[in-house]
Amino acid sequence: MTNVADILETMEYGPAPEGDGPARAWLDAHEGRFGLYIGGRWVDPDTGKYFAAENPSSGETIAQLAQAGSRSIDDAVKAARAAQPAWAGLGGPGRARYLYALARLVQRHSRLLSVVETMDNGKPIRETRDIDVPLVARHFYHHAGWAQLFDQELPGMAPVGVVGQVIPWNFPLLMLAWKIAPAIAAGNAVVLKPAEFTSLSALLFAELCQKAGLPPGVVNIVTGDGSTGAALVEHEDVDKVAFTGSTEVGKIIRKATAGSGKHLTLELGGKSPFIVFADADLDSAVEGVVDAIWFNQGQVCCAGSRLLVQEEIAEAMIAKLKARMNNLRVGNPLDKCVDVGAIVAPVQVERIDELVQQGVKEGATLHQPQSAMPDKGCFYPPTLLTGVQPASTVAQEEIFGPVLVAMTFRTPDEAVALANNTKYGLAASVWSESINQALDVAPRIRAGVVWVNSTNMFDAACGFGGYRESGFGREGGIEGMHAYCEPAFVGQLPKYPDPEQPGAEQPGASYPGAVPPGGLPETGGGLDRTAKQYIGGKQARPDGGYSRSVLGPDGALVGEVAEGNRKDIRNAVEAARKQTSWPSATAHNRAQVLYYIAENLEARAQEFAGRIRAMTGASEDEAAAEVAASVRRLFSYGAWADKYEGRVHSPPLRNVTLAMHEPIGIVGVVCPDERPLLSFLSLVAPPIAMGNRVVVVPSERHPLAATDLYQVLDTSDLPGGVLNIVTGERAGLTKVLAGHDQVDALWYMGPDEAGSRTVQELSVGNMKRTWVADGRRRDWMNTQQGEGREFLREAVQVKNIWVPYGE
Amino acid sequence: MGKKKDKNGKALRAVEAPKERHTFARNPGTALELDWVRDVRVNRSAVERRAKTLPGRRSVKKQWQAAWLVRAVQCMDLTTLSGDDTPGRVQRLCAKARQPVSPSLIAALGLGHVGLTTGAVCVYHEMVPTAVAALQGTDIPVAAVSTGFPHGLSPLKQRLKEIEASVAAGAKEIDIVITRAHLFTGNWQAMYDEMKAYREACGDAHVKAILATGDLNTLRNVAKASLVCMMAGADFIKTSTGKESVNATLPVSLVMVRMIRAYQERTGHIVGFKPAGGISSAKLALTYLALMKDELGDRWLQPDLFRFGASSLLGDIERQLEHFITGRYAAGYRHPMA
Repeated sequence: MTNVADILETMEYGPAPEGDGPARAWLDAHEGRFGLYIGGRWVDPDTGKYFAAENPSSGETIAQLAQAGSRSIDDAVKAARAAQPAWAGLGGPGRARYLYALARLVQRHSRLLSVVETMDNGKPIRETRDIDVPLVARHFYHHAGWAQLFDQELPGMAPVGVVGQVIPWNFPLLMLAWKIAPAIAAGNAVVLKPAEFTSLSALLFAELCQKAGLPPGVVNIVTGDGSTGAALVEHEDVDKVAFTGSTEVGKIIRKATAGSGKHLTLELGGKSPFIVFADADLDSAVEGVVDAIWFNQGQVCCAGSRLLVQEEIAEAMIAKLKARMNNLRVGNPLDKCVDVGAIVAPVQVERIDELVQQGVKEGATLHQPQSAMPDKGCFYPPTLLTGVQPASTVAQEEIFGPVLVAMTFRTPDEAVALANNTKYGLAASVWSESINQALDVAPRIRAGVVWVNSTNMFDAACGFGGYRESGFGREGGIEGMHAYCEPAFVGQLPKYPDPEQPGAEQPGASYPGAVPPGGLPETGGGLDRTAKQYIGGKQARPDGGYSRSVLGPDGALVGEVAEGNRKDIRNAVEAARKQTSWPSATAHNRAQVLYYIAENLEARAQEFAGRIRAMTGASEDEAAAEVAASVRRLFSYGAWADKYEGRVHSPPLRNVTLAMHEPIGIVGVVCPDERPLLSFLSLVAPPIAMGNRVVVVPSERHPLAATDLYQVLDTSDLPGGVLNIVTGERAGLTKVLAGHDQVDALWYMGPDEAGSRTVQELSVGNMKRTWVADGRRRDWMNTQQGEGREFLREAVQVKNIWVPYGE
Repeated sequence: MGKKKDKNGKALRAVEAPKERHTFARNPGTALELDWVRDVRVNRSAVERRAKTLPGRRSVKKQWQAAWLVRAVQCMDLTTLSGDDTPGRVQRLCAKARQPVSPSLIAALGLGHVGLTTGAVCVYHEMVPTAVAALQGTDIPVAAVSTGFPHGLSPLKQRLKEIEASVAAGAKEIDIVITRAHLFTGNWQAMYDEMKAYREACGDAHVKAILATGDLNTLRNVAKASLVCMMAGADFIKTSTGKESVNATLPVSLVMVRMIRAYQERTGHIVGFKPAGGISSAKLALTYLALMKDELGDRWLQPDLFRFGASSLLGDIERQLEHFITGRYAAGYRHPMA
C-alpha cells in the first residue's frame, strides 16, 4: 500500500472511486434481468430474447435486457393509445403534478441514477452527477411548468397523440428527459426506445414513473436493437416520431415515415465549429475546448470538434492546448478525479481510430498526451489533429470521439465561411472579448445554437436543435413544446375528394401545349399577353420553350402560361440564392413591401376578381371576396413582419440567451388549386415576411392568378429574387424542388396525389424541413386555418445564442 | 483503476518532486511592458465556470488526502494579524508552527522523519522580534506584513523604512500591499516603481505582493495588477490582506496563477502564489492544491512557491488527519490551539 510519506514526495492524486454498491444492489434486486415497461407493468419481450448490457470501462456484463420485437412494440403502442385520451383529458395542471413528482424523484435518486448511468455508458461520474442528472431534473421542473400553463400559453393546440421516441447512447437519461418531458407535458403518451448500449437508466426511470403513480401507458419503455427502433418508427398507429442520433439513421427514418402523416423531429449529427479570435481570453478558450471536445469523450452531437483559430494566435493557442491535454486524466469513469472516461463500445473506438488514421494519412499531425491510459476497457486518448485542411476527411466527417481538428482563419468573414462549410449546422462556439465581434459573427453561423465565450451549455428553457443535416425541430423552450402539439383544427380538416370519384370534378383546367384535348377553343380578341416565368425579379421565357393552356370552366381558353421544367426551377433557386439582401433587410422594410403589394393589388381588385371568375367560375361576390381576403392577408403579414419576434431566455446562470427567429433560407412552396390567388398569397407571404426567399409553383389548374401578380410585384419594391414563380406541372416541379439541395424547406399544400410522400422521401438529400398537407384541405377564407402563427413558425427557425456576461 | 502505463506499455514512475527550496533564481523582474498589461484579457464567466467545476473534477481520498493535507500544513503561513495581538499570543502561534500536528498523529501517519512545521509565521512588524525569538532553532521563516498594512496608505518613505526595520528585526519574508489607487488611476508606472522600491528595500528577504483583490473589483484588474507586480520583481503574488470584504476566491486565484504561467512562459522567471483569507476548510485547501497542480504543475506544490495565508485552516486539517487515522470524527478542543 502506498504510504503517506511516499505520496508526500509525489503529490499524486490517487484513486477516488465513487461507490457502486447501491447501483449493484439495484441490479441484483432485478436479478440482473429487465423486461419491457408497457402499460405500467413489466412484461417479457415477444421474442423471448435478451441481450447483454456491458460496462464499457471494464467489459463486464452488468445486466440482461429484453429484445422487443414487433408484437411487443404493438403492445406498447396500444397501451399508449389507450392511455392518451385520459392523460390529455386530465388537463395541464393535472399533468403538471406528475411532471413535478418526476422532477423530485430524479433529485431524490440522483446519485443512483448517476452511478447507473456511468456504469452503463462509461462517462465520468463528475458529468453524470454534476451535469446530466441535474439537467434531467431541471427539464422535468421546467416542463411541469409548460403543462401547468398549457392552455394559456399554447391556446388552441392539441397533443399529437402517440409519440414514438428513439434516443442515443451518449446522454441516455438526459435525452430521455428531453424527449419525454415535453411530450407528456403536452398530453401525449410515449413509447421510448433507449439505445441498445445504454438502456439501464431508462429502466430505472420507468420505476420512478411507477413511484410517481403516472397513469399506466403514458410512458412505455421498450428495449432492443435497431430493429426494435425500426418497428416503433414504422408502426402505423404512431402519430409522431422523435429521434436523436446519427444523420445516417435520421435519413432512414425520414424515408420510412415519408407520406405517413407522422410528425417528425430529428436531432442528428454535427461538426460544430469552435472559433477563437485573436482578442479572446486564450486560457479560458482552452478550457472551453476541454468542455467542448473532451466532455463525454467527445461523444456529443454538438461537440466543438472543429477548432478555427485566428492565424496570429494559432501557435500560442495550440501550445496551450497541448499543455492542457497533458493534465487530462483518463481512466475509470467512476473515479471522481477523472476527466475522460470510457468510449461506449469497442466498435466506436475502432471507428474513431480509423478516422484519426485517415486524417494522418491525409496530412494532419497527430498530438496525444503522454499521460497514463488504463490498460483494459474501452478508452481513447484525447487527440488533437493540426495541419488539417477543410478538404480533409476529418474536417468534414463527424468523428464522435475525443478528437479535435484544428484549422486557421484570417478574418471574421473567413471564420464564418469556414464555420459554415459543412453539411451540418447544430452548434458553434465563438470566443472573443469584443462584444461587436462576437455578436456580429454569432448570427451569421448556420447553426441552431451558438455559445459566445462558452460551450456545451444546456437548459430546459432554451431550445436546442439544428439546421441542414443536423436535423429539424427544437427541444426545450416553447419551440420544443410546439414540436409535440398541433393546432386542434388540423386533425379535423376534411380530406380532398379523390379525383377519380364522380362528383370530384373541379371547374377549369390547364394542359400542356397550345392545343388542349378537344381542340382549340375560341379566343377573345384582346391584345395578347404572355405570362412567362418570374425569376430574379424579371419575366423569363421558360427554358423548354413550351406553353400551357389555361381553360375556364366552360372549356374556353383563358390564357397561356409558361410550361416550367427542372431548369426553370434550377434558375429560380439560383436567383433566390443570389438574393442576399432580403434576409438582412429590416423587419420594418419587409413590412412596407408587403403593405405596398397589398395596396397595388387592391388597386386592381376588379381585374383579379374577373380573372378568378374566368378560371374558376366563381360568382362575382365570391371572387371579390377572395381578392379582398388576399389584400387583408398581405396586410396581416405586413403587420406580423416586425412582430413575430424571438425571446430572451434567462437560464439559471449569469447569461442571456437570445432566441432569434431566423429565416430558414430558400423556401419552396407548392400551391393548391382552390382559391388560387388567396392560397398563393397565404403561402408565400409568411416566408417572405420572415426574410426567406421563395420559389413557388402556383396552382397548376389556375396559374394566371399568380402570373397576373408579376406587374403588382414589379411596382411594389419587392427586390428581385425574393419571390420566384415557376408555372407548370405540379407533380414534376415538386420533385425537382424536393430534390434540390439548395432549397432549405418545402411547403406542399393541396390535394395529395402521393405528393407528400414524394416530397418527404426526396427531402433526405439535404434534410430540408417539410410541411405537407397530407391531403387535408384548408379553408383559405378562414383566418384561423389560413394565416397566423402556425405559418410563421414554419417560416422561421429558432437560433439560440448564449451570451454569458460579466466583467 | 489498473496500473498506469504509458503508450509503450511501460509502467509509469512518478517524477520525484524536488525537495530543496530555492532551486530557481529569484524573479529579477522586467521592464514595465505596458502593451502586455493593456492586452490582458480575462473572461469572467469562463473563469468562473472553470473555478466552479474544478472541485468536482478533482478529489483526493484516503492516504492521498492525508498526504495532501500534510502538504497544506507545510505550505501554510500561520497568521495572526489582529489589533489585539500580544507577545503571548504570538508565542502561542509560534509554538503551533513548530508542532502543527500532534506527535501521535505524526507517528501514526509515518511522518516522524519529516519534521513537520508550517511554511512560515506571519505577523505585524511589531511582533517580528517575538516571533523570531520563539522560532529560534527552526527553519521556519518569519513573515512580516509591512508597508502600512492593510491599506498601505502611510507615507511611502515610512513604508520603505518599515520594510527595512522588519528585515533588520529578522523577518525573512515581507508581505507588502499595493496602492490600489495606482490601478484605478491607470498609473501602472507608479505601481511598478512602488513595487520595485519595496523589492529593493527587502534586500534578501522575499517579497509577497498583496493585490487586495477584493478591492480591485474585476478579474481583469486582478490580472493586470498581477503582471505589474511580477514585472517589478515580486517573489510571490498574494490575493488579500484578509481585511477586504472579499478574500481569496477560486476565480481570482485562477486568474493570478494563469498570469504567473504567462509571465513564466514569456520571461522564464518563476513567481509563487499565496491565497489568503477565507480558506478555513481542509476541503477547500485540497481544491487550491489541485488548482496549483493542474494549472502550474507539481513544482508549485512546494512551500517556496505556494503558501496559504490562514489562521483557522490548521484546526480543520488536524481534525481531518485524526479522522483518517482513527476513523472517528474529531473534536476541535482535543487539538492544541494556536
